[in-house]
Amino acid sequence: MIKKQRLLFLFILSIALFFILAACNKDTQSESEGSGNAEGENKASEGEASGDKILVFGRGADSIQLDPSKVTDGESIYVTNQIYDTLVRYEEESTEVKPALATEWKVSEDGKVWTFQLRDDVKFHDGNDFTAEDVVFNFERWTTSAEFVYYGYMFGASEDNMKGIIEKVEATGDYEVTFTLSEPNAPFLYTLAMPPFGIASSKAVEEHGEDYFKNPVGTGPFTFEEWLPDDKITLKKNPDYFGEPANVDQVVFRVIPDNGARFMELQAGSIDLMMGLNPQDIATAEGDDNLQIIRRPSMNVSYMAMNTDKEGPLADKLVRQAVNLAIDKEQLISLYEGIGKAAKNPIPPSLWGFNDDVEDYGYDVEEAKALLAEAGYADGFEITLYTFANPRPYMPQPKVTAQAIQEMLKEVNIKVKIVENDWDSHLDATENGKHDMAFLGWTGDNGDPDNFMYVLLDKDNAKMGSAGNIAFYKSDEVHDLLKEAQVEMDQEKRTALYMKAQEIIHDDAPWFPIAHTTPPLAAKKSIVNYVPHPTGSEPFNLLDIQE
Amino acid sequence: MAIQPNPVTDPGIDAVDKNVQIKGQRLWVDALTRIIKSKTSLIGLCIILLLIITAIFAPIIATHSTTDQSIVNRYQPPSSEHILGTDELGRDIFSRIVYGTRISIQIGVISVGISLVIGVLLGGLAGYFGRWVDQIIMRIIDIMMAFPSILLAIALVAVLGKSLTNAMIAVGLVGIPQFARIVRATVLSVKETEYIEAARSIGAKHRRILFQHVLPNSLAPIIVQATLGIGTAILDAAGLSFLGLGAQPPTPEWGAMLSDGRAALQTAPWVVAFPGLAIFLVVLGFNLFGDGLRDALDPRLKR
Amino acid sequence: MAKYIIRRLMMLIPVLLGVSIITFSLIHLIPGDPARSMLGEKASETQLELLREELGLNDPYMVQYGRFMGKVLTGDLGESIQSKEDISYELMQKLPATMELAVFAMTIAIVIGILAGVIAAVKQYSWFDNISMTGALFGVSMPIFWLGLMMIWIFSVTFNILPPSGRITTGVELDTITNFYLLDSILTWNWVAFKDVFLHLLMPGIALATIPMAIIARMTRSSMLEVMRQDYIRTANAKGLKRHLIIFQHALKNAFLPVLTVIGLQFGLLLGGAVLTETIFSWPGVGRYVLLAVLGRDYPIVQATILIIATLFVLINLITDILYKYFDPRIKFN
Repeated sequence: MIKKQRLLFLFILSIALFFILAACNKDTQSESEGSGNAEGENKASEGEASGDKILVFGRGADSIQLDPSKVTDGESIYVTNQIYDTLVRYEEESTEVKPALATEWKVSEDGKVWTFQLRDDVKFHDGNDFTAEDVVFNFERWTTSAEFVYYGYMFGASEDNMKGIIEKVEATGDYEVTFTLSEPNAPFLYTLAMPPFGIASSKAVEEHGEDYFKNPVGTGPFTFEEWLPDDKITLKKNPDYFGEPANVDQVVFRVIPDNGARFMELQAGSIDLMMGLNPQDIATAEGDDNLQIIRRPSMNVSYMAMNTDKEGPLADKLVRQAVNLAIDKEQLISLYEGIGKAAKNPIPPSLWGFNDDVEDYGYDVEEAKALLAEAGYADGFEITLYTFANPRPYMPQPKVTAQAIQEMLKEVNIKVKIVENDWDSHLDATENGKHDMAFLGWTGDNGDPDNFMYVLLDKDNAKMGSAGNIAFYKSDEVHDLLKEAQVEMDQEKRTALYMKAQEIIHDDAPWFPIAHTTPPLAAKKSIVNYVPHPTGSEPFNLLDIQE
Repeated sequence: MAIQPNPVTDPGIDAVDKNVQIKGQRLWVDALTRIIKSKTSLIGLCIILLLIITAIFAPIIATHSTTDQSIVNRYQPPSSEHILGTDELGRDIFSRIVYGTRISIQIGVISVGISLVIGVLLGGLAGYFGRWVDQIIMRIIDIMMAFPSILLAIALVAVLGKSLTNAMIAVGLVGIPQFARIVRATVLSVKETEYIEAARSIGAKHRRILFQHVLPNSLAPIIVQATLGIGTAILDAAGLSFLGLGAQPPTPEWGAMLSDGRAALQTAPWVVAFPGLAIFLVVLGFNLFGDGLRDALDPRLKR
Repeated sequence: MAKYIIRRLMMLIPVLLGVSIITFSLIHLIPGDPARSMLGEKASETQLELLREELGLNDPYMVQYGRFMGKVLTGDLGESIQSKEDISYELMQKLPATMELAVFAMTIAIVIGILAGVIAAVKQYSWFDNISMTGALFGVSMPIFWLGLMMIWIFSVTFNILPPSGRITTGVELDTITNFYLLDSILTWNWVAFKDVFLHLLMPGIALATIPMAIIARMTRSSMLEVMRQDYIRTANAKGLKRHLIIFQHALKNAFLPVLTVIGLQFGLLLGGAVLTETIFSWPGVGRYVLLAVLGRDYPIVQATILIIATLFVLINLITDILYKYFDPRIKFN
């Protein structure tokens, strides 16, 4: 009996003790801070000694895979862009290309044979030499499965023709590689600069097999160090980088899902640079002496696609035009809090080929009603609008934007039901045409209009199940123009073709184009030489932290 | 979330079964007097009445429509035009909260209704028939109680699909064990009393005994649990909506409003603050009143 | 005592069995084809068939369940659909974060809750009693996600004194041994890290502690009042024993038992409440993990996580039951 009492008492005591201990620890710690915390300084001085400059980059979601050839999400590409190099890279601020793994290149008269001279002084992070064989290995690997999504998109590969337009890739020397195309392809060189076509170490790919996506080995300015899923990815500087070696020693990509929380971390100083800023917080950041806003040049579009393929009102061009007229775009754009400009075409105005003569529909409820009446829908109808939960660079507030449109369309008796999914499910649903209307957007990959128009609005890409064209817009006229532009090598002629296509698209109104944004990034003032690239990601080797 | 006193270990409810024999109206009259005398439960009652009145007269009380937007006027701080300010689409927060009372009541009634009907049925059967019926039902209840409730609710919504209706169903299912256990305990204690014995001896049917004699005597603790349960249900459903698993736009559900306002926490904190305050007040009301009821129906615990 | 524990453990078997059946059946409750809703509509028929084969969806129910349990018992919780990562491994990475937060919150709840409850009971009807019990009532009515956001607004946004998210500032070095960061920082005498980790724990800890603290305080108070009314306390009082001795050595000791049960129960519920707290404070734990899985329809993760948490919950309740029996002077074993 007595024993039991004591035990009980001990139990309570130990709980109390634990707390007191914790409290004491805190006391001693704050005291020792004042009197020169030996332990702490040890740690700190270790850090100092190695002079580690750590860049902590905050973002909203984790990478899916670190094998760039298999992914399309920006979060994965952002990291792999540090680890891999492509044959050519984009210039710092434009989509013009400059040498990278390839030093020079030439193209045959008919535009079908491309020969690249490669650097002979490059090693992969695993120590193996980079040779022409590695390039061949990568390109052949990408033709083995439909998993290599971008290869399919960019080179027109399909299930019957896994190679697409690239007939052959050969090592014509230790450091020379030759591509033979089945037809000329105007954007080919620019496409090769896209991060998904980063060259991986063939040895590493073979060694890791299925697990390669979490053991990436490239030639880039940073080497892969550690990946804690949903938490952080750590990269270390590659001191042997063939280009400009990195200024920072480590880059940590930290996942902080909520935009607001991420910004607070930046304010508190625990991260250095962040993407995905709530537009509401821009003013706060600009008013903060320690922070700066860096704007990424605009090369994107956000839109609401209308499913032209589904039976129902939206199959009728008049209805789609009416929807365009019934939404007050200026009001809608104000939800972008100054980071967006109203869109009227599928391609952004910064791109060549943009047709400024196209006149946007404008906001006119009466005319919208008239068109609906003409189409036989004077009493309106019910319709779904698919949207996604988390903000994207081209659409900072999808949920709010959807609600705004819902309310505006009520004016013309169109009753909108909002269906919100997380990003992956949204893509699944829209690629399969589950929606009547759906939000989506696109950030340009290679600075070619083809990369917008063909991917998003050609009938080739309106395939159920893997549609890039989620309006399922199938215009033969547009298709012919876009196809012709692909094989035409003369840019002036191509411009004319794209101009014409934009006019037709405007009239058919498969989309309600919303905006082109300049996505803001927020950073500490100490971050210098950081130049965001219009394509949405860039290597961090030039970036520096100034103390 | 759903973290409320376990009725089985709670002396208040244990005690209730001992006095269920205090029959008839006296109990209720006594209880009523006690509630009116107790300041806290009176406050609770007032909050609940206010909630109900607001819900009924929402169209009169609300100053604006819940969906009318004015994007230019988004994130307005509280003013004479918009008492509680405006949200991300320039909608009037006060009016949305006012209409939100209807949704809260709906959540409370439907969720608790589900828990109550199924819980009472299961508990009643287990307590009345005993033996293997009891064994089976109580094991099922044990298993249900092995899941932290919010987690079970999330899993159910994950399976059923996210919507306010499914959130209410999930919250309702999760609340079943509480009722089942209370009812079983009271039924057990009532079952052996003389008048039930008498009813049985004159050959009354099981169903008749159960519904006409046993259950009415378990009413007091059920009412207490239902009152407290409504508070919990509102809290849980708001949590699910906050996580994006409950009410979908443009429903002015408080948890969803709060979640939508998060983006502007720094610039327009009132968008988050007021819906949260509303949830808090209403739940507090049900807790105060439920506590008061419990004390009132159990003279032994009278302070 | 040993006999009691064994008997109690035996009683656990049917409960855990039931828990596993429910968790397992979840996947079968999904309307339509589970393989389809996991892979999305773009999956080809071959991929679907592969997944069905992999999940064994073509086998009879009991066979499927048997295989599921066989795997679970060997520690294999399956693979995530999205990341293809081993779920047991991922859970082991995230569980310490959640447990640390839960233990921290529970410590706050127990210490403050019991203290407040005892004082409120001893000084019944005093201002302290009134204030602390009103506070407790506010506590049980609190939407903790709102409380969390308000704390962030006050302490992170307005005063900038507490970190709004995460477990540790990136760049603060800490050698991990147990993955309980607070413990690790003590073990390695790393005070810089200790302070940082402690500050990170504070807001989520308090948010998570609110409800259990309130319940423990109320329980302690009513339990203490009950005990103090009893004869032996009155006798002790009459005998003129020192008051604090009576309160702490006699009254609290007996009043503690029902409180103990509540503590066990609340600790388990904390694991569920962590979903909200972890979401608000970007805490890299199990709660956020399961929520992301729910939103991304990664059902194997949902299944595995719920199974693990429910098992933990059951075990915690078992431990409290055993402690209860052990400390209860009235209960004889055998």
